[in-house]
Amino acid sequence: MTEKQEVASAKTGEVRPADGQPETALYPPVDIYEDADGIHVQADMPGVSRDRLTVQVDRDTLLIEGEAKIQMPEGMNALYADVRSTRYRRSFTLSSELRFEAIEANLKDGVLSVRIPKREEAKPRRIEVKTQ
Amino acid sequence: MFESLFSGESRLFDEFRRMERQMDEMLGRWPWPAGIRSAARGAYPPINVGATADGVDIYLFAAGLDPKAVEISVQQNLLTVSGSRQIPAKEGVDYYRQERYSGEFRRVITLPDDVDPDRVDARYRDGVLQITVKRRETAKPRRIEVK
Repeated sequence: MTEKQEVASAKTGEVRPADGQPETALYPPVDIYEDADGIHVQADMPGVSRDRLTVQVDRDTLLIEGEAKIQMPEGMNALYADVRSTRYRRSFTLSSELRFEAIEANLKDGVLSVRIPKREEAKPRRIEVKTQ
Repeated sequence: MFESLFSGESRLFDEFRRMERQMDEMLGRWPWPAGIRSAARGAYPPINVGATADGVDIYLFAAGLDPKAVEISVQQNLLTVSGSRQIPAKEGVDYYRQERYSGEFRRVITLPDDVDPDRVDARYRDGVLQITVKRRETAKPRRIEVK
């Protein structure tokens, strides 16, 4: 099951079947903003290290996926759990004025930052208003 | 899925899943008592707590935290973690979404009675703050030799 969403539109949770068992992926909270150069996405994905993170573009869909790994001693019993999955997954549909091939991603302390630059011709230009 | 990926570490998550099932069963018997100091679901940061024979491990899922901005204190069996995660809003940009938590936080966790408040250790890695509180030596299960 693939799920898409427009940048700046509503979201829904996602349930993926894995090994016949329904597996709920965590929906990482994101901040998305746009400046003159492009769109910036920041996502909280605590527990994910660089080697367990995937940021990929398939056609016009930006997919962010990560697998959290936390260090646990042998023989641990859970007493309480807010977080009940280790998989993060979220996707966004990109629009054509963005340069998909120039996407940059950075991960620091569990915060993923993705920068999607705009095509040169899509950058805002100031229109001079002429007076007669 | 976890089983296949981290077979050695799957037990905790199996346990979470079992708890989740139990909670679902309990939902039919609402209201059940909640911890008097427990936070509402969705409180920041989310925490998981696991116990071993040696101690209790508390995991706070708090990405992008400045470890210096976190205060951890243990009084008897109450662990308090407070701090702040500030995400300054960028000037001169258009925001489409602002879902990430910004601001102060405080969570209080009731630990088992046999923990030793003097043996607390905390590490921050990949956005997860792990606090380990050891149990008192006398409280550890001991194997009694049968002579």
